[in-house]
Amino acid sequence: MLDDLRDLYQEVIFDHNRNPRNFRAMDDADLQIDGFNPLCGDRLTLFIKISDGVISDASFQGQGCAISTASASLMTEIVKGKTEKEAEQLFTLFHKMATGEHVEMDELGKLAVLAGVCEYPARVKCATLPWHTLDALLKGSEEPVTTE
Amino acid sequence: MNQQVEKSMPYDVEKIRQDFPILDQKVRDKQLVYLDNAATSQKPKSVIDSIVHYYETDNANIHRGVHTLSERATLSYENSRKKVQQFLNAGSEKEIVFTRGATEAINLVANAVRELVTVGDEILITAMEHHSNIVPWQMLCEKTGATLRVAPINKQGELIFEEFEALISEKVKFAAISHMSNALGTINPIKKMIDLLHRYEIPVLVDGAQAIPHIAVDVTALDCEFYVFSGHKLYAPTGIGALYGKMEQLEQMAPYQGGGDMISVVTFDKTVYNRVPYKFEAGTPNIAGTIGLGAAIDYVNGIGIEAIAEHENQLLNYAVEQSKKIDRLKMIGTAKNKGAIMSFVLDGIHPHDIGTMMDHQGIAVRAGHHCAMPVMDFFGVPATARASFAMYNTFQEVDALMDGIENLIEMFG
Repeated sequence: MLDDLRDLYQEVIFDHNRNPRNFRAMDDADLQIDGFNPLCGDRLTLFIKISDGVISDASFQGQGCAISTASASLMTEIVKGKTEKEAEQLFTLFHKMATGEHVEMDELGKLAVLAGVCEYPARVKCATLPWHTLDALLKGSEEPVTTE
Repeated sequence: MNQQVEKSMPYDVEKIRQDFPILDQKVRDKQLVYLDNAATSQKPKSVIDSIVHYYETDNANIHRGVHTLSERATLSYENSRKKVQQFLNAGSEKEIVFTRGATEAINLVANAVRELVTVGDEILITAMEHHSNIVPWQMLCEKTGATLRVAPINKQGELIFEEFEALISEKVKFAAISHMSNALGTINPIKKMIDLLHRYEIPVLVDGAQAIPHIAVDVTALDCEFYVFSGHKLYAPTGIGALYGKMEQLEQMAPYQGGGDMISVVTFDKTVYNRVPYKFEAGTPNIAGTIGLGAAIDYVNGIGIEAIAEHENQLLNYAVEQSKKIDRLKMIGTAKNKGAIMSFVLDGIHPHDIGTMMDHQGIAVRAGHHCAMPVMDFFGVPATARASFAMYNTFQEVDALMDGIENLIEMFG
């Protein structure tokens, strides 16, 4: 009955929702910031450690839907070991993918499991909230991020 | 399926459904099941036709032309005012002010009340209000230095009456209370609340946005100073609503907006305002919407608000019974006296995922904070899923809702 929904809700997403990776507070984070989607109430706090321009650790806490939780979980996995610049490039690519622009899926790696979200305009912000939050963090913002 | 109940009902839901063209469609290849009525209701053909008729035959500005079309438009517009008056059992049609909706009506009143309060005064609301009956009063308090007092609710989502009573004092200059909660379905004992407030001579505004399609409202019996509602939850178009106000109150109140139609005489030295209710209706109003509201009231009267309420209550009771079979489902809002709203959460599944997954089965439910963030905070949830019933919903649709929930639980694992 719900087979066509599998494009959006792939098993990887359920897995990351049930067992989000890097789901912890980080007491010794170099940077941390809150992200909030006022439309649906999703909120997260993102923590990162940076040394020599490289993200050495990333984690998050918060509550949100399966899409935003999985997106945050995948993001914290993939940005570890990336330079700030590489993380920003990934954000640009991810944003394009989520809003339905053409991108080379190979460059997105695991993040491609979230490609289905572009068919659901009301849910795009669920997937992009963690990335907007990371973007603001890297740009040095201290204000909480909202998707509105 | 509860055949017994349906057979014993004189209520012909299939006939009613035929009056709502939008219901006969597929969404994502499934028959549409529309259960987001607390957000907005669908419109019967007679309402849609009334708007088409107005634009095709009578369109003109009101209250100013001497030509035939303007007279027709004015007559239809003012007829709607009479219909609202009768629907609410107000003493006079002059006590009905047309607004964009309940929100604008509350803002209109708050704007006038602002002139009457000062530092140390209090405004009383309840913990189950919609944002539209919180924010205008917060804005008033910011401007005046008055304090907002909030009467608490219990775990069932009912007003704790003793605590409400304890908050009432001579400091309270105005009270604004919801007739029925949009997030929880709770119906407040408003007559009892109004009587109590009146003992302290506190004027009361009742937010009837949710109650209006479910409960027969009699403002004369309630004796409230103000009652507000939105047409679009009552099968009328969006962008039209009404404020009932007691004449003695409306006459004392400052206009909300300045402009055409709300004046009698304008010179550069001074303007004399028009009489009530026109004093509050500046500019060319939503004429088509107002006519649509009149047609919606006719339609509801044709079926009978009590019969509608009875049908919706049976749907709600059936849904509550059926939902008990779903272990992971927790109902948010279990008041003894509640209207046809079922707000719920599923253990481990976020309401937004519920919303998308239900949509995939053709079922429209609301997922979110329902413009009642303080209510969500009270229950410790970020959001809920909400199914809300209207006159055209069926027991089969309740079954579809339950099947839909079970399907998504299975998929989520």
